[in-house]
Amino acid sequence: MTVTATPTTDSQPGYKWVGTRPVRHDGLDKVTGRARYGADLNLPGMLIGAVLRSPHAHARILSIDTSAAQAMEGVKAVVTGADFPMLESGGEGSGEEYYDPRDLCRNVMARDKVLYEGHALAAVAATSRREALAALAAIEVDYDVLPHVLDVSEAMAPDAPILHDDLITEGVDPIPDEPSNVASRYVIDRGDIEKGFAEADVIVEREFVTQPVHQGYIEPHAVVADVGEDGKATVFCSSQGHFMVRSHTAELLGWEPSRVKVIPAEIGGGFGGKTTVYVEPVAARLSQKAGRPVKIVMTRDEVFRATGPTSGSKIRLKVGATRDGRLTAVEGSMAYQAGAFKGSPVSLGCMCAFAPYAIENVLLEGLDVVVNMPKVAAYRAPGAPMASFASETLLDEVAEQLGIDPLELRLRNAAEEGVRSVYGPVYKRIGFKETVEAVRDHPQYSTELGPNQGRGVASGFWFNFGGSSSATVHINEDGSASVLTGSPDIGGSRASMALMAAEELGIDVYDITPIVSDTESVGYTEVTGGSRVTHATGMAVIDACRKVVTDLRARAAKVWDVDVEEVEWVDGRAQHVSGDRAPMTTRDLAAGAAGTGGPITASAAVNARGAGVAFSTQVCDVEVDPETGAVTILRYMTAQDAGRAIHPSYVEGQMQGGVAQGIGWALNEEYIFDTGGTMENPGFLDYRMPVASDLPMIDTVIVEVPNPGHPYGVRGVGEVGIVPPMAAVANAIHDATGLRMSELPMSPVKVLEAIGANGG
Amino acid sequence: MARVIFGSALRRYTGGVEEVEVEAATVRSLIKALDRRFPGLGEHLGSGLAVAIDGEIMTDALYEPVPEDAEVHFLPPIGGG
Amino acid sequence: MSRTHVTCTINGDPAEFLCEEDQTLLDTLRDVVGLMGVKEGCATGDCGACSVILNGRLNCSCLVFAPEAEGATIETVEGMAGPDGLHPLQETFLEGAALQCGICTPGFLVAGKALLDRNPDPTEEEVRYAVAGNLCRCTGYDKIVRSILDAADRMGEAAPAS
Repeated sequence: MTVTATPTTDSQPGYKWVGTRPVRHDGLDKVTGRARYGADLNLPGMLIGAVLRSPHAHARILSIDTSAAQAMEGVKAVVTGADFPMLESGGEGSGEEYYDPRDLCRNVMARDKVLYEGHALAAVAATSRREALAALAAIEVDYDVLPHVLDVSEAMAPDAPILHDDLITEGVDPIPDEPSNVASRYVIDRGDIEKGFAEADVIVEREFVTQPVHQGYIEPHAVVADVGEDGKATVFCSSQGHFMVRSHTAELLGWEPSRVKVIPAEIGGGFGGKTTVYVEPVAARLSQKAGRPVKIVMTRDEVFRATGPTSGSKIRLKVGATRDGRLTAVEGSMAYQAGAFKGSPVSLGCMCAFAPYAIENVLLEGLDVVVNMPKVAAYRAPGAPMASFASETLLDEVAEQLGIDPLELRLRNAAEEGVRSVYGPVYKRIGFKETVEAVRDHPQYSTELGPNQGRGVASGFWFNFGGSSSATVHINEDGSASVLTGSPDIGGSRASMALMAAEELGIDVYDITPIVSDTESVGYTEVTGGSRVTHATGMAVIDACRKVVTDLRARAAKVWDVDVEEVEWVDGRAQHVSGDRAPMTTRDLAAGAAGTGGPITASAAVNARGAGVAFSTQVCDVEVDPETGAVTILRYMTAQDAGRAIHPSYVEGQMQGGVAQGIGWALNEEYIFDTGGTMENPGFLDYRMPVASDLPMIDTVIVEVPNPGHPYGVRGVGEVGIVPPMAAVANAIHDATGLRMSELPMSPVKVLEAIGANGG
Repeated sequence: MARVIFGSALRRYTGGVEEVEVEAATVRSLIKALDRRFPGLGEHLGSGLAVAIDGEIMTDALYEPVPEDAEVHFLPPIGGG
Repeated sequence: MSRTHVTCTINGDPAEFLCEEDQTLLDTLRDVVGLMGVKEGCATGDCGACSVILNGRLNCSCLVFAPEAEGATIETVEGMAGPDGLHPLQETFLEGAALQCGICTPGFLVAGKALLDRNPDPTEEEVRYAVAGNLCRCTGYDKIVRSILDAADRMGEAAPAS
């Protein structure tokens, strides 16, 4: 069977492949059901693992008795916290992989206390799922149930239940004597805030509340671990980074990383939620004890109850502006739920909220607050969406009070090259203004609105990352190339890698085979996250290809017996500068490789610098039903600076996907807990993510202001799209109804309440 | 001379000083120089923080060159999704 | 537990398998028959990743007990491509970049086929409601809906007007 599709040819000026839209190389496997995801591997003799989870939001574990479970027929291994080393703080990773081993090991398997409903505290491996579940039911746990706390304000109150007796607030002076639930305080303090507000003609201030929301990837966490007689573990699982899985799994088992090999499955969505481990070390320990492969697949219920959502928040912000629309000062405080262990993205919220604008006077405080819900995990532009919901709603209010068009207000304050960002450093070349102009010039912005309809705009910022990546390029005997990287392909990155390799090598993109290699077949690579893959792993691919081209030229020089400087590489062929020799293709050179120095291959590794920051501006048209409070999205358009779009279809896909998640966050999604701290909606029926009939087409405009830090000008595109939607929707609701919505989600009930409160 | 600008969290270790000029070829020597000027500061500039040199945010940057007249910030650890 | 013997037709071929009485069709297709293209996203009928066409109707295979498949015809994503190549939906999904992570793709293809089997010329709204039982978290549905409409056009051009 062959792919009948042909790539469209809208390549960028100066490029042959970059900017075209070939069919992705892994596409055929994914439309025929052949692609193997985390749950799709079964091994001979494989056992099924299952995890016992706390029914209480906060309790001391007095005892765990597993003897009855262990004695049951079909049960081959049982583990509890006692089977894993107790790790302490320190030795954190860096960059994308920052974590605290003390917290990670306690999150994967509770020790003295359970800290949220769903917290793992034991696991079994048995010959069937039925037997595994029966064994879990036979484990006896004696709990001392403690009062729990979920709300950040209540968690910060003097009489709040304390989650960790050793948690002392960082970032305050003097250092507190007593533990609290405030893990840290982060402050941005620039300029003169009093002077800034004194200069303001208009000041708006408001409080905002958002609820925890889940990444909602469709594929639950899944792993098969197989520990052999040599004590080495082979782990097959889906994750955003198999090197991350290797290092975390090994550390949590007390092993060296080389004892673990991780084979990356295809990944069925992550959005940040698969940048850490949950069941992988558990499956490995069970397999080690049982001497057989062990598979653990989470249920959807477990995914909601036990894996990281992102923080709910309480935010108070105040913004001052002059009559002509110049922002003079911003001040406020944000408290984010960290979940059961420290580490909410609140500092990122503080840094991102006003990052699109030039503002001299800034005082923002961020509080990281532990509460009795699952430890938050990264979620697409972590920390920025809720902060920007607040900041971009206030900017809309400023524009309204001043009678200035909201896009014009943004243009008057837009950050550009040379402007100092709210978070400190000075911007290099950025494309924020261009995204605002793209929205202004789009037909949607001037489409007429009907009754009960409204239009809202909002902008957003995200950092994007570089970091460590590796790549290996082989020229095969037939002149084609294999491109090996360590970055799981979560949304089309194989195609981007192949396009960049085709551009460098000068061969057809379909003559490139992009491969996501296991932890023993390619160099260390950080997670697929932080919008880093096309930038950082792309740089490693480009470097490796350039080494290959240098080698190919040297081989040709050897064949022709000329100086290598006389050999050029043009369109996938070696050419002699004189033009009087027949050019040699990769196939010619590969065929003769044994005689010119052996196989043609090269590797490259980078800790990529130069990740350009990303901006998005979006416009949303809604209709609000005054009878039910239901909000319908009529039209939506998003403009984003991609620097340089390598595969525009997948850039658009990232933009559209971010918007859809943001609309879900804006209108429907939330964790709902009962009074005992139990999640009441741990399924897709009650945790309501957008479906196709909820959304219109999502128009995209890719703005390309090249990033000077990448050979092709790439900027990460994965995350910033989720930052503006909540404010864009809220501002549209305001335009339609006159109501300022300050709580998420803006569900029909909340909108109807607001209409009622307004005398509606 | 590189210009180092301290955020609020680090000013606690600099006695409130917001900005200093330091002669340093790399981030590592810059941190050493800062630690000499503000004893104890160095340990707070270590592995957990990101560093921004002339607007470019980096991690694991100890051996990164610091250009003459560069502007340097230390930022909280930054992670994406 | 004793097992039930089930005889049915899967993707046009006669098939038989043994299952437990309370085993879902989803688990049986995956773990007994080996059709791993049928995905589990929720096991509660809310995400559509396990969509199959059962006796001509779109179903979540997680909501069907395997013994209920006795005598049934079952179509899964594995049966969509024929000896002549891909189904038009598979082609337009590839060309239109209608998948990112791809975990929901088999379900959308099966749901799309169930729609086009009964309505060869759907409107955008009809497409959106026909796949409203299938969750995709990556794409925002834009490219999926366009690809289903494109496949309908392509099939309409290929088929003689009736």
